[in-house]
Amino acid sequence: MIALWSNLHPALQMLLKGLAVILVIFPIAGASSLAERKVSAWIQGRPGPNRAIPIWFAWVPVIGPMLQKLGVFHLMSDGVKMLFKEDALPGHVNKPYFILAPILAMIPAFTTVTVVPFGAYLDAAGRTIPLMLANVDVGILAVFAVGSLGVYSLIIAGWASNSKYPFLGGVRASAQLISYELSMTLSVLPVFLWVNAPGTAGSLSLARVVEFQSQPGFWGGTWFIFLMPVSAFVFLVSLYAETNRQPFDMAECDADLVGGFHTEYGAFKWSLFFVAEYSHMVVGSAVFTLLFLGGWNPLPWVPLSDVAVWLHLADAPILLGLLSIAIFLGKVLCSIFVFMWVRWTIPRFRYDQVMKLGWQRLLPLAIANLIVYALIIAWLQPKN
Amino acid sequence: MATVTVSRKPLSLSERAYLPQILAGMRITLKHLFSPNVTLSYPEQRPAIPPGYRGVPTLVMDPHGREKCVSCQLCEFVCPPKAIRITPGAVPADQPDRAHVEKAPAAFDIDMLRCIYCGLCQEVCPEEAIFLQNQFSMSGYSRDEMVNHKDRLYELGGTLPDQHFKWDKKKAAEEHGNQH
Repeated sequence: MIALWSNLHPALQMLLKGLAVILVIFPIAGASSLAERKVSAWIQGRPGPNRAIPIWFAWVPVIGPMLQKLGVFHLMSDGVKMLFKEDALPGHVNKPYFILAPILAMIPAFTTVTVVPFGAYLDAAGRTIPLMLANVDVGILAVFAVGSLGVYSLIIAGWASNSKYPFLGGVRASAQLISYELSMTLSVLPVFLWVNAPGTAGSLSLARVVEFQSQPGFWGGTWFIFLMPVSAFVFLVSLYAETNRQPFDMAECDADLVGGFHTEYGAFKWSLFFVAEYSHMVVGSAVFTLLFLGGWNPLPWVPLSDVAVWLHLADAPILLGLLSIAIFLGKVLCSIFVFMWVRWTIPRFRYDQVMKLGWQRLLPLAIANLIVYALIIAWLQPKN
Repeated sequence: MATVTVSRKPLSLSERAYLPQILAGMRITLKHLFSPNVTLSYPEQRPAIPPGYRGVPTLVMDPHGREKCVSCQLCEFVCPPKAIRITPGAVPADQPDRAHVEKAPAAFDIDMLRCIYCGLCQEVCPEEAIFLQNQFSMSGYSRDEMVNHKDRLYELGGTLPDQHFKWDKKKAAEEHGNQH
């Protein structure tokens, strides 16, 4: 099995790995949309979608009704509806760009996954090897660079729709996403200042950050959310703004902009925007987990390698890899739940409040945080 | 008009910082996440109907299973949207104990597409024969289906208790010769 795998052409290997990752991300994005409906319903004191069931599933005694109560089949019927609905193309739009926009929304959402590690295993020498598609040193830079391209799809969609509400949505999206990107980038700088001690090989890889959080000892095993709570807070708030989630969904704003940038979209093209939004959430949560929540380490001060020793999994790289992926996905899903929890708690900000919060509160906070941590790190580092 | 100046307390530090308020809100929504549902799964669970509810108008029978309507047409005249249409007729020959009532409806139609559930028919009825009861959901596939005919009205209405037995008393009085 493994011999067959390693005999494959490297390009084919990468292609298969990439497909596997997309095949995991896509259902998670879909399941998040269902989870969103259920969580919103539960918070509002409703049962939520619980009706749809295929006739042959109704015969399965316990599992059938349980899946029905969870609304799993609503997700499937929604997907089928999106796929087979007439894909209307309004007459007044700029057609090439109108069609291009949802495709552009998907590309950055799936491209950023390549540099995000999602698990780890121990090799024969006992070193932790991260599981990721491309372990490149640019890491977080690639996430920011490619992820911020997502705003172009919103702007293009808003502009190509050639009507007022999408246009306003596109303008808002561009202003909002660009202003929050600044604080987001500034908030992660202290983490990488801390990780890259002078004299060692510098790296912006996300796997390196997790490795740093899984060192032995009190300071080594501390997750960055405890070391840098302000950074984590600013990053999280900017993440909500970057993924266009409430309370920052200025680009969609169904109350005052109808649907914002996707007002003119329907059927499959609309569902691409939808999946892209949730994929952004998944990738954003993954990055937050890696940077501040210790990645695939199950608990603070308990690195994965210790767990491998306790469970005697050090010699079983596949099992350990699956375990680490499960831990990591669990954290990501919790983080997505917090996204939804916040969404159904806080009402949407007004546009001027969003701008004020971004430029007058978060940005100064991020800069002050950076300076304070730079000073601390300079003071802590060994003098020679 | 007098002007009332409402004094606004300045926001406290925790209110201005906004974050404690958000956390308090999240605590409330988390509580709601685990609290029981406040909704009913409608077709399976039905709401409790309060007494005095004005649902679909129906015709009722007295405890002996006899028709109460005497076809006086007061409800037809009072009905604001003209939803009721009555064709008066004679009391059927197979009801000898009701022969002295003189009239009974040959046809009694209530068009539920016109009915506004005002309850005036129930209020005006001198025989207590028409009642707005608990049924609140009417549906049909055509306009004809939405017209309740006499047999349907009796089926919906059923039997209600009667305190008076007005026509029995009349008959007894007649038989004892003390006509008023």
